[in-house]
Amino acid sequence: MKLKIASFDFTCCEGCQLQLANSESSLPDFLALLDIRNFREISSERHHDYDIALIEGSVTRQDEVERLLAIREQAKVVVAFGSCACFGGVNSLKNRHAISDCVDTVYGNMVVETLPVRKISDVIAVDLAIPGCPVSKAEVERIVVNLATGSLPTLPAYPVCVECKQQLTTCLFELGEICLGPISRAGCNAPCPTGQSPCLGCRGAADDSNMPAFIALVKERGLSLDKLREKLAFYNAFDPLPQ
Amino acid sequence: MSRERNLAINIHHLTRVEGHANIHIEIKNGKLIEAQWAIIETPRFFEVMLQGMSAEQAPFLTSRICGICSISHSLASIRAVERAMHITPPPLAEVVRRLAMHGETLQSHALHLFFLAAPDFAALPSVLPLMESHPEVVRAGLQLKELGNQISIAVAGRATHPVSLVVGGITKVPEKQQLEALRTMIQERKKALEQAVTFFEGLTIPDFSRETEFISLSNGVTYPAIGGRLVSSDGVNRDENDYLSMTNEYLRDFSTSKFTRLSRNSSAAGALARCNNNYHLLHPKAQAVAARFGLQPVCHNPFMNNIAQLVECVHMLEEAEELLGMVFDMKGEEIKCHYTPQAGAATGAVEAPRGILYHHMETDDEGKIVRADCIIPTTQNNGNIYDDLQVFVEHLLHEGKSDSEMQLLCEMLVRSYDPCISCSVH
Repeated sequence: MKLKIASFDFTCCEGCQLQLANSESSLPDFLALLDIRNFREISSERHHDYDIALIEGSVTRQDEVERLLAIREQAKVVVAFGSCACFGGVNSLKNRHAISDCVDTVYGNMVVETLPVRKISDVIAVDLAIPGCPVSKAEVERIVVNLATGSLPTLPAYPVCVECKQQLTTCLFELGEICLGPISRAGCNAPCPTGQSPCLGCRGAADDSNMPAFIALVKERGLSLDKLREKLAFYNAFDPLPQ
Repeated sequence: MSRERNLAINIHHLTRVEGHANIHIEIKNGKLIEAQWAIIETPRFFEVMLQGMSAEQAPFLTSRICGICSISHSLASIRAVERAMHITPPPLAEVVRRLAMHGETLQSHALHLFFLAAPDFAALPSVLPLMESHPEVVRAGLQLKELGNQISIAVAGRATHPVSLVVGGITKVPEKQQLEALRTMIQERKKALEQAVTFFEGLTIPDFSRETEFISLSNGVTYPAIGGRLVSSDGVNRDENDYLSMTNEYLRDFSTSKFTRLSRNSSAAGALARCNNNYHLLHPKAQAVAARFGLQPVCHNPFMNNIAQLVECVHMLEEAEELLGMVFDMKGEEIKCHYTPQAGAATGAVEAPRGILYHHMETDDEGKIVRADCIIPTTQNNGNIYDDLQVFVEHLLHEGKSDSEMQLLCEMLVRSYDPCISCSVH
């Protein structure tokens, strides 16, 4: 039986939803597993009898809270879909500023409602998290197959370094860069470090990642702790370093 | 007949567009009371988030403004920072960046034409039933979208949120085998593009025109992509740093996305604006397709933006092939330059799939962003969509269109602009 699925977008760039329409060669097979009940970005048909709700984005306005509560009522499985939904994502960088400063800077005197950024699990219970900025379509396909066959979806526990090394990449630390690969959860197949661009940890911390050893590594290499702070804060997916 | 007609159209969260917006139309006693295009997307405040961030990190943040045109945002920031700090990227990096833009535009146009716009023309709610009624057309659309994504993956490391585009150049050049595979794929996909053109030739494009001002980049040598003069079809021609005088942003209290204007009350950006302002720089094969649809500059029919996107797909495919050849020939050249962070301020303008995109960045001498400003294509189309709706609804009233026809045609008008709403609110 097809999965009765819906996709909803909150405060975000909608890049994770877009991944659902990517990997074009396997798209027909992927869609064959799904009965899409509600997906505003691609369809004018809107039904409210879905079982699985993919939630993309973070929460920054009261009307989003109301929408989420209604979705939680309906859905059997709520999936936090992408880093904004799982951690607040880059949107959380706003929380370092006063709300009034944000509104003044962009809108001047106009009244614009905006709240401090929250992740989905701050508002409703979440059953499953698929992190990533954007999510990896290959991982989404695997998890959808898990759900369709009734097996338990899991994420890799190991760090991005494992997937990066498998591709024989020159370590970014050897090139004098701070890469969050050693402490970040794998499952993305390491597109950033294999593209010679440091991992920013969009999938959050790997299980049992050793932060003290990682900080020691950054210091030992003579790299900037300020830069490390900036990277760790990027997706709101790690605890901040002590000042 | 229309004298006593009353009608209220309230489209809450318009479907098949990126982001959240509403359309309200009210007609009383046959008279248009209001036609409103209201963007209600939640703002994210990127300009505030950028304050204090290191300039090298900024493109990775701004790419997250948009899930569809992340490469454009990344490159607009990179260009602004490089111009502010007087950094000249190596020539090979510039070719690869241009290729990345083409991949993104192809992907974005194919997504819009086949997933978002085409179902309207076939009176279907989405691409899903279109897959059953017109499988060969959807397959062609998917093949074009896949090609766009494959170009971006090969040259920018990922289709959404690029990894290898950085201040000073690029971090990686695609391997020879990847380039060869891409070249083959481009050649193979030309057939899919011809199928797409034939499909669109069979559709009826609504006949509606309202004269407006078209704004785009222009360099006089190549079809615009990254940087250049800021020009309009009303004869405006300004330096890239003069972006504020091109946009004159203002607020409307019903919209979290701002409005802009130049010489008139409203103006338009996007594929049609680029075609109108740079028609002679389109590849001859693209011009031939434009001629098949009667698309000639200056075309004032907003629905023809769909066709302009199709024409640009032809152009992008041809030019991508040429650019690939250049990457082959330049293999081994430098891809990234060293630079010293410095204080400065500059604008980076690029032609994102939906039109001209400005990022303005001010840096301090440590290379941190002091102030940032981003003006998005859809922001620059809000006024034009709004003004179009007023005239279009009157036109439809005059034509005696039914309520449902009127709603569909108004939705189609808005979708023709391919609005990128969360991007415009950022």
